[in-house]
Amino acid sequence: MSNFLFASIGKKFIMSISGIFLFLFISVHLTVNLLLIFDDSGELFNLGAHFMATNLIIKIVEPILGLGFVVHILWSLVLSYQNFMARPIGYLTKSRSVSSTWASRNMLILGSLVLVFLVIHIINFFWDIKFNPGKLNTVYINGGEIEDTYTLVASLFKASVIYDILYIIGGILLGIHLSHGFWSSFQTLGLNNRNWMKRLQRISYIYAVIIATGFAIIPLYFLIKF
Amino acid sequence: MADKILKKLNIKVWRQNSASEKGRFETYPIENISTGASFLEMMDILNEELINEGKDPVAFDHDCREGICGTCSLYINGRPHGPDTEVTTCQLHMRKFKDGQTITIEPWRAAAFPVIKDLVVERSAFDKILQAGGFVSVNTGGVPDGNAIPVSYDDAEESMDAAACIGCGACVAACKNSSAMLFVSAKVSHLAKLPQGKVEAKRRARSMIAKMDELGFGGCTNTGACEVECPKSISISNIARLNREYLVARFSE
Ligand code: HEM
Ligand code: SF4
Ligand code: FES
Repeated sequence: MSNFLFASIGKKFIMSISGIFLFLFISVHLTVNLLLIFDDSGELFNLGAHFMATNLIIKIVEPILGLGFVVHILWSLVLSYQNFMARPIGYLTKSRSVSSTWASRNMLILGSLVLVFLVIHIINFFWDIKFNPGKLNTVYINGGEIEDTYTLVASLFKASVIYDILYIIGGILLGIHLSHGFWSSFQTLGLNNRNWMKRLQRISYIYAVIIATGFAIIPLYFLIKF
Repeated sequence: MADKILKKLNIKVWRQNSASEKGRFETYPIENISTGASFLEMMDILNEELINEGKDPVAFDHDCREGICGTCSLYINGRPHGPDTEVTTCQLHMRKFKDGQTITIEPWRAAAFPVIKDLVVERSAFDKILQAGGFVSVNTGGVPDGNAIPVSYDDAEESMDAAACIGCGACVAACKNSSAMLFVSAKVSHLAKLPQGKVEAKRRARSMIAKMDELGFGGCTNTGACEVECPKSISISNIARLNREYLVARFSE
């Protein structure tokens, strides 16, 4: 098995499976986040966040998700290192844009920038929600007392233009990463052929645009409205 | 249409005496090249001038000079086989260049394709991959009637498209990861699509990939540059098939 994990297609298999897992997570995450802009009282989002925090399935998936990130990042480094070693002397002139997209050539850079954003994001919200619940106020909804996650998130977006812009950039970077990553993960698994090549690439772009605008629109909404 | 004359060009080319020595770029001016000349004819003219000046001519690979053998190489102005699509370097014409231009010529760059001299690289790595599985094992005996083996039209077409690969190595040269996946996928596909080759498809994919990895080619990240730069437009859908054959083979064990 160990030589599968480090064989060229094996490494790609790991990237692809962890990547698919991450984009499933990202899709759910975005859906919940969008509740932020559909109810300024915050009730909807608080209920959504509370559901996510207490739901058994989510609790089980969470550690796997953490592992998914770690695996995806570690293998991206192994893959990139070995690919780098495959060309010890580079070219003097390159006209790469003729034959491939910028995103496809810069997945490591895009991924790393997403990671930087992710760290900031975890410090902003996840850490307090998860390990520091005392910092959060509570609200009463339908007779039950739950954490006021909405205020935590909304107050950051209302107070700081810099964070708004940072989160918009984060969403766009992730979208660009996925514009290549989405179809690439199917290709890597062998789930592609002549007929599906163009279709998958198109779906990939559409998905990337949805993710990027979805995430960017939330800080944008707070930026414009408040 | 009469061919024009390119009055002056600067040819900036990689010079390296042997595999073990360090290389460097050298620039040679060259005059009065017809736009109707092929790129390799221009190289011949340059070499003749170098010989007349008592210099060492630039070594480059070539054989058929009609786009079918895959021997010619050259990374010209940042692209394998130069600034044209679906052609080999021997089919590239000087009309693709402008008067006064500097043309930079580099060898294929990959750990698995070491430079032997100047622009000539060692491509026997491809032969080794083929020897690892790019064949059909048959017991000799009576030859079956070709018409008795049913092959669908689509399969025959896809197989033939993949079989168009001439083993030039432009895919490796174009790939930012120096991956040989397009080449290997073409060799796996043209056999896997036919009944005779299907039998060993999985074993073939595994052993050829193992060899490819061992020889130091990189891993595919699906940039698709290989397909665009391939003189035979081998489709990356073959890579999807190779991935499929390989993964099924791994997981069925
Ligand atoms: C939410 C975050 C992320 C998602 C949803 C995601 C998703 C994906 C997907 C679907 C792929 C394609 C896999 C394949 O081609 O088989 C991929 C590839 C890749 N990712 Fe990520 N990724 C994320 C974060 C990261 C991070 C943090 C890094 C690096 C630090 C990274 C680096 C890479 C690299 C180097 C590749 C390989 C390029 C390629 O195969 O085309 N990604 N990612
Ligand atoms: S796949 Fe295309 S570029 Fe690669 S060796 Fe074959 S013909 Fe050349
Ligand atoms: S010399 Fe044979 S393909 Fe160019």
